[in-house]
Amino acid sequence: MSAIKLTIDGREIEVEPGTTILEAARQIGADIPTFCHDPELPPNGACRICVVEVEKARALVASCVTPVAPGMVIHTESERVVRARKEILNLQIANHPLVCITCEKTGECKLQDYCYRYGVSDSGYVGEVKDLPLDDSNPFFVRDMNKCILCGICVGKCQDVVGAGAIDFTKRGFISNVGPAYEDKIEDSTCVFCGLCIDSCPVGALIPKVGRGKGRPWEIEKTRAICPYCSVGCGINLHVRGSEIIGVTADQQSPVNRGHLCARGKFGWDYQKSSERLTVPLVKSNGVFVEVSWEEALGLIVDNIEDVRNRYGSLSLMGLCSPKATNEESYLFQKLIRSLGSNNVDSYTRHCHAPSVNALMKALGSAAMTNSIEELTGTEAIFIIEADPLDSHPIIGYRVREAVRSGAKLIVANEKAVGLSDIAHYFFALEPGGALALVNTMSNVILEEGLHDQAFIGKRTEGFEAFRKAIAGYTPEFTAELTGLTEAEIRTAARVYAGVEKAAIISSAVIREEEGGDQLVLALVNLALLTGNLGKNSCGLYLPYSENNLQGCADMGALPAVLTGYQQLKEKAVREKFSKAWKIPISEKEGYSAADIFNTKKESSIKAMFILGENPAACGEEHEKTAEILKSLDFLVVQDIFMTETAALADVVLPAIAFAEKLGTYTNTERRVQLNRPAVEPPEEAYPDWEVIAELAGWLGFEWNYDSPEDIFNEMAALTPQYSGISYERIEAEGIQWPCPGKNHPGTRYLYEGRFGRGLGLFSIIELDHSRKFDQKPLPEIHSIGEHGCQCISDSMRNHSVISSMKKNRGGES
Amino acid sequence: MYERHILICAGTGCISSGALEVKEALIEELDKHGLKDKVRIIMSGCHGFCEKGPIFIVYPEDVFYCGVQAEDVPEIVEEYLIKGNMVERLLYHDPVSGETHVSHDQIMFYHKQLRQALRNCGVIDPENIDEYIIRGGYIGLKKALQMEPMEVVNEVKTSGLRGRGGAGFPTGMKWQFANSSKGDKKYVVCNADEGDPGAFMDRSLLEGDPHAILEGMMISGRAIGADEGYIYVRSEYPLAIKRLRTAIRQAEEYGMLGENILGFDFNFKIKIKEGAGAFVCGEETALLASIEGQRGVPRHRPPFPAVEGLWSKPTCINNVETLANVPLILRRGAEKFATIGTEGSKGTKVFALTGKVNNTGLVEVPMGVTIREVVFDIGGGIRYGKKFKAAQIGGPSGGCIPDEHLDLPIDFDSLTAAGAMMGSGGLVVVDEDTCMVDMARYFLNFTRKESCGQCIPCRLGTTQMYEILEDITEGRGKPEDIKLLEELAWAIKKGSMCGLGQTAPNPVLTTLRYFRDEYEAHVYEKRCPALVCKALLQYRIDPEKCIGCRRCAKECPVDAISGEKKEPHVIDQEKCIKCGACFEACPKKVQAVEVLSEGLPELKETEACEGDCKCQS
Repeated sequence: MSAIKLTIDGREIEVEPGTTILEAARQIGADIPTFCHDPELPPNGACRICVVEVEKARALVASCVTPVAPGMVIHTESERVVRARKEILNLQIANHPLVCITCEKTGECKLQDYCYRYGVSDSGYVGEVKDLPLDDSNPFFVRDMNKCILCGICVGKCQDVVGAGAIDFTKRGFISNVGPAYEDKIEDSTCVFCGLCIDSCPVGALIPKVGRGKGRPWEIEKTRAICPYCSVGCGINLHVRGSEIIGVTADQQSPVNRGHLCARGKFGWDYQKSSERLTVPLVKSNGVFVEVSWEEALGLIVDNIEDVRNRYGSLSLMGLCSPKATNEESYLFQKLIRSLGSNNVDSYTRHCHAPSVNALMKALGSAAMTNSIEELTGTEAIFIIEADPLDSHPIIGYRVREAVRSGAKLIVANEKAVGLSDIAHYFFALEPGGALALVNTMSNVILEEGLHDQAFIGKRTEGFEAFRKAIAGYTPEFTAELTGLTEAEIRTAARVYAGVEKAAIISSAVIREEEGGDQLVLALVNLALLTGNLGKNSCGLYLPYSENNLQGCADMGALPAVLTGYQQLKEKAVREKFSKAWKIPISEKEGYSAADIFNTKKESSIKAMFILGENPAACGEEHEKTAEILKSLDFLVVQDIFMTETAALADVVLPAIAFAEKLGTYTNTERRVQLNRPAVEPPEEAYPDWEVIAELAGWLGFEWNYDSPEDIFNEMAALTPQYSGISYERIEAEGIQWPCPGKNHPGTRYLYEGRFGRGLGLFSIIELDHSRKFDQKPLPEIHSIGEHGCQCISDSMRNHSVISSMKKNRGGES
Repeated sequence: MYERHILICAGTGCISSGALEVKEALIEELDKHGLKDKVRIIMSGCHGFCEKGPIFIVYPEDVFYCGVQAEDVPEIVEEYLIKGNMVERLLYHDPVSGETHVSHDQIMFYHKQLRQALRNCGVIDPENIDEYIIRGGYIGLKKALQMEPMEVVNEVKTSGLRGRGGAGFPTGMKWQFANSSKGDKKYVVCNADEGDPGAFMDRSLLEGDPHAILEGMMISGRAIGADEGYIYVRSEYPLAIKRLRTAIRQAEEYGMLGENILGFDFNFKIKIKEGAGAFVCGEETALLASIEGQRGVPRHRPPFPAVEGLWSKPTCINNVETLANVPLILRRGAEKFATIGTEGSKGTKVFALTGKVNNTGLVEVPMGVTIREVVFDIGGGIRYGKKFKAAQIGGPSGGCIPDEHLDLPIDFDSLTAAGAMMGSGGLVVVDEDTCMVDMARYFLNFTRKESCGQCIPCRLGTTQMYEILEDITEGRGKPEDIKLLEELAWAIKKGSMCGLGQTAPNPVLTTLRYFRDEYEAHVYEKRCPALVCKALLQYRIDPEKCIGCRRCAKECPVDAISGEKKEPHVIDQEKCIKCGACFEACPKKVQAVEVLSEGLPELKETEACEGDCKCQS
């Protein structure tokens, strides 16, 4: 269809058919006021403030819901339009508490702004006004429904985007309201406290408690940062007044979260203000920590490291790097450990992800998530198995919801119902341990029914014939009992997944090896290879990591066998490159992994350890054993923001700084390198972690010269092909997804176009271990707001935040 | 063989006045007299004359007994059925002429009616499909199935049928839109969410002739290519729902519903969705949302339901009365249907006639009859010889037509031109004792409560209008209020999203148009000419007439009346709450208590007056 020509305020314009008058007017800069319009919600034309005059039309039309037509002549501020808008504002303020003097929203309230614009100050209407009690029931925000103008955006966000369904319109007519069912308090509703309603409220009806009375909008400086919790890496704006953070709003421009957040991003940042933050170096003396100077602490560390190295050699030293550290910090940390002569560097958290990481490395050649989060919205089918994204990675959950709204079919196969089961076209309740049997059987059904992508298999994969033979026994008849599904259900799952061009798989990256995590991931890779759902847009495998920079931590080479960008230690050219750049010899010997140290039953050869912001002593079922190993060390240094269970075991504890205080980059689970900016100064004697590491390196005799995190990043990027095209300047506005091999390379939205990391995609033969499946325990609940396993670092933040008081077992959080 | 058929009305009205007890008594009585096999009892649908119920008609003679109670039955059986003596006291006595009528077509109430939509109501047993078929039922459907869908659409277009639900949109055109909409699935929806206060024609149709609605829906389905229909009916209509369910079951048993209906390649099924009683759910988009299980609130149109309706599929929504006319059009032909009515409004319209007229009830008249004919001929004129003041037509969205327009023909366009609307067909007659401001306030109170609350003009505007009207009726009216009402009305009409808001100001606008002087009397003179608005009334005792009997003083709940026995009494205006107890207590032959509205002296000059208003002159 050709463009539509029309005239708005005397200006001729051409727009696409289907454009609304509002959209067209905004294209020419006409500022039509709106209350109930939100770009991501279906327009409903209810508030009527956006009315415009269309010549020859009988009545004024709501511009947000009226599509343009050829030849329309539109006036957006005609006398009639202004009259109607004034009337609406008059009606609104007649029933709105005009307490703007103390209202938190003053200065960014749409009602106030429009009244100012149209000179409406006293409505002239008198009569009944609402007198509703405040809902102050929860620790996060106050609802003052007397101020609500019933635009309904919060309802749309809660129901459509988040799916919490905590609020809806209630009652009719003048006493219409918005709230939970049965006039419950929000605390007793299914609210997940994501704060989307707060950020989108045009007036002051929903006010976060944390910043109340602490600053006016015009006094606030906003700093763009990255949420420090899960691996989605949402963009957030830190609101600062003076030296204090007083609130957070979602970054509307972030390509990752597009203005969406969950409770952690919206409210979880306040641990930064905790009085329990570590602020000065501590040294354990007779079992008690005493405050010492930095000089004393660093001196003690250097002495002990040198002592251990002299007595046991370099291989007795080890470093554990936090997936919360920035890329720059991680890079420096592994450089420091390697400078000390060993490759004993790893992340304990990554160790929890080892089964899936190893499986992906084996079959595809890289462990990174294959496709972008945003691409989920373009899929035609989504298969979620043993995962609860709406809870663990809420933004991914929101995107799944969006895909379903756009027509994608959703299959959820879980041992228990999760937040997305409600909207799933097919929810299959799996028997414990039945996931693998289901996936294998789906593959077999796809082959049997000829739904596989033969061209893709022929060109891009290897191991197919052996796989085909091995899988033949997995008939629906055979596995029905194992999975707890009927034969028809298994076939349905296979047909729905294989029956479309673009299908995505979402599972969990933290299913442990003994629970079959590696096997399940390999089986899922098989499924994706079989149907050609890799290497193109809107398909792939989504195994999101737990912590915010786990991807970056690994990218930075905080791993025992590889240097940055997974460059193999065993390759001589690689070692030489780094040796030359770092001006130190690089040991050829692969380092110990966290698993080597903590899973081994043998006596550990590690005598001293530097743990940067990790908490293995509180992590997982074996945390007691882990603590014993840590206790047995000759020397332990921990750098952290809180006195964690691990820090408590240390000989020296260094204060670290929080995300809101540091400059650096984080790489999210879709490989997007994003810039995090500091909003406030670190407390007391805490210094940026990179400075501490660099200082320590200096004390240890290494000549490092960094003026800023940017220096570090540039050094790293020059050594790392995937990052070589990325610079602070390029990611100022928006993060770039690696691989980005050149200054003009736009980054890579999805991996494996044309080639897998290992060349061809490998089909793996997964045999069901019959002896194992029947006594298998149910999978652990996968949380990241929750307290399960691999979010132990987030937990230490969470436990010092208001979000720790969130009620358990609500809506999408079960 | 049966010698007689007795039709007892089993509409909701007659049931509540005792029709079922009458039936039980009749069964017992017939049994007692051995007439069980000679007299057949038929529980019929509504006759429309509910105020005279229960209605009891004996055929073949067509004797119309009304107001029959169970205790009257033995007399009817013994005196009339057995002995042949007319039971005079149970016949209809014309309140105007005083004449007694035996058969119903002699009664003025029925005389000018033309019962087309209601053709089977009160005539057949609505729970028996055979009776519907014998009366020509499902012939229209068969004809439609023999025609091409577009031929059916054209037939309805030719008939000139317009939607009876309110706005009067041409039905055939609506069908054509739905017919030409592309879709793998289409729906027909019957809007039976009758919400106007006092209107009950849809209920009567559903209760009295449910198959006509089913047949109409199926013809519509044939025309637009739908195979599924929904009837959205208020759950407050349990009897209608029960009869619909019975009708659907019987139609299914007869192969009139289901697969390959009447042997044609046409499938149709009908489901019932019970509404929860929100007035706004009668608005088509709100109704569809409600069927889908959403909150029943309107949405913006376009897209119109004919393009994107139920579950986003093309959907044709018709009102009950509209659908009741459809089988007739198909059976008798569009031309025949179009012979009745006016140029722009064909066929008949059912009204719920109520208010201060002698005969109230459901009346069906050809389009184009005058208000005068309905009020004075069918309605038998105003009660107690009072003066006609206005006819409020069209429910809360409608308007008031004053006596100078008594000869206005009732059709869609004339009513709209006069500021009222056909609406669903409520027709409330008011006499000189009705205050028009108060009536406007009554309707605004209804609409403001039923506003869905989504859009600002309707939610807040109707409340403001109501509050202003309340102020006026309570003596707090300000000179600027009338202008404010007009401005608000403009904003609400122009700015509201759906028909509810767009028409909500109509009662105010038409009363302002025709009875502005009453508003002005309230606002400027603090006077209610109709003596209705309590705050503006004064009760006085005429000392000349008062006999000092103390009756009024005893009745007064606030002890506002003083005076010795045999001495003239006085009402303390400060204390008086204007309850009217004294007025009632004063002996009729004395009539010393008078009610006046002369304007409140303390309110005559308010601060708001700046010399330019009428209170100064």
